[in-house]
Amino acid sequence: MERIVKLASENGILIFSKSTCCLCYAVQILFKELRVQPRIVEIDTIPDGLEIEKALKRLGSSGPLPSVFIGGKLVGSTNEVMSLHLSGNLVQLLRQHAV
Amino acid sequence: MNPTMMNSTSTQFVPSRRMGIYEPIHQMSMWGDFKGNNCLDASTPMILEVDPKLDNQSEDTSHGTVGHSNKYDQEASKPPDKVLRRLAQNREAARKSRLRKKAYVQQLESSKLRLIQLEQELGRARQQGMYTGSALDASPLSYAGSMNPGIATFELEYGHWVEEQDRQLADLRNALQSTETGDVELRIFVDGGLRHYCDLFKMKATAAKTDVFYLMSGMWKTSGERFFFWIGGFRPSELLKVLLPHLEPLTEQQRLDLGNLAQSCQQAEDALSQGMDRLHQILGAAIAKQLGEGNYLPQVGAAIEKLDDLARFVGQADHLRQETLQQISRILTTRQAARGLLALGEYFQRLRALSSLWSSRPRESS
Repeated sequence: MERIVKLASENGILIFSKSTCCLCYAVQILFKELRVQPRIVEIDTIPDGLEIEKALKRLGSSGPLPSVFIGGKLVGSTNEVMSLHLSGNLVQLLRQHAV
Repeated sequence: MNPTMMNSTSTQFVPSRRMGIYEPIHQMSMWGDFKGNNCLDASTPMILEVDPKLDNQSEDTSHGTVGHSNKYDQEASKPPDKVLRRLAQNREAARKSRLRKKAYVQQLESSKLRLIQLEQELGRARQQGMYTGSALDASPLSYAGSMNPGIATFELEYGHWVEEQDRQLADLRNALQSTETGDVELRIFVDGGLRHYCDLFKMKATAAKTDVFYLMSGMWKTSGERFFFWIGGFRPSELLKVLLPHLEPLTEQQRLDLGNLAQSCQQAEDALSQGMDRLHQILGAAIAKQLGEGNYLPQVGAAIEKLDDLARFVGQADHLRQETLQQISRILTTRQAARGLLALGEYFQRLRALSSLWSSRPRESS
């Protein structure tokens, strides 16, 4: 859990994903299209990935990956990101916290 | 009803004839009961054929007790142990007859279920014939339906959904054409229309759990709609292009908002499309791994996990469709939104009609 908080505070735009998850890949493509560079943590490639996955669920993340943090706060999964984008608020939010 | 089954139960009566005079009468009255319970009157003549010896007794079926008392008079003169033996044989025969009756009734029940299933399939195939106008289009659909009850349910519900959609569109058209319809009434139509689309997405989510490939194939839609298919349904960006001309006049703010929405929509679509391409590759690679080994279970097992991802993509695409619709209705006035919903509904009606017309056009002989 502390890992998550630390990572989230250090990186303006953070995505927890899995290397095999194609929806995570889709979100990364979207961010690339919007010309932001998120920090991507693939939890299936790091040692305490399982712990992070459990902690994310406790945080109330809607369950499946990707888990997106912007400005240190949990935004949600693909649903939330897409809703934000269509309502026109995602770009603004991203620009505020982009490196 | 399976005729060979009938033969096997009736032939079982044949050996029991030899057990004693009582058995055939007992069984005849039991089968007499059957006649009232089912429509298979073929059973009675078959039994009569099997037991020609009982011809004179067949008239007595309804007077079973009369026949019985005649036999009992003759019985009193027989030695007691023979009587006991015959009574035991009676009981045995009666028990066997009850077991046979039970098996027969169970067979009837399962046949009844099969009949209901067949009737449902027929109704569906007929409905599909209505939308496509072609028997060829209907057959893959009913084939898939008969394989999977979840999909059969979905197809049935989709048929109802389209009928309801047509009704709502007709009402909306009348409301818009009348000069008396106010915004409050139109708002009800708009909310109802949006909710109806939400219902469809919920139905699709349930169906995706039973067969996600079916959702991806779009087989419940007409071939014309399938031409424009994208991850399980219509393209959200296409939606905006269809609606835009019908929404005029627009304010500058609305034009700007709709333009931004169109761009966001396109970007989201592109991201999902690229994700899908990657899923294609991964799924294909998982299935193709280590070919020629005979045992395919590990690869198929790995591939099945990927299907969860595929179902999520279909869900995400539907979510995009739903959000696009919601955003459009937020940007527009009630009257504009009502016009937009009507235009959208008519667009799909025309696509469906296009399929029917094409498949039913007169063919020139070469």
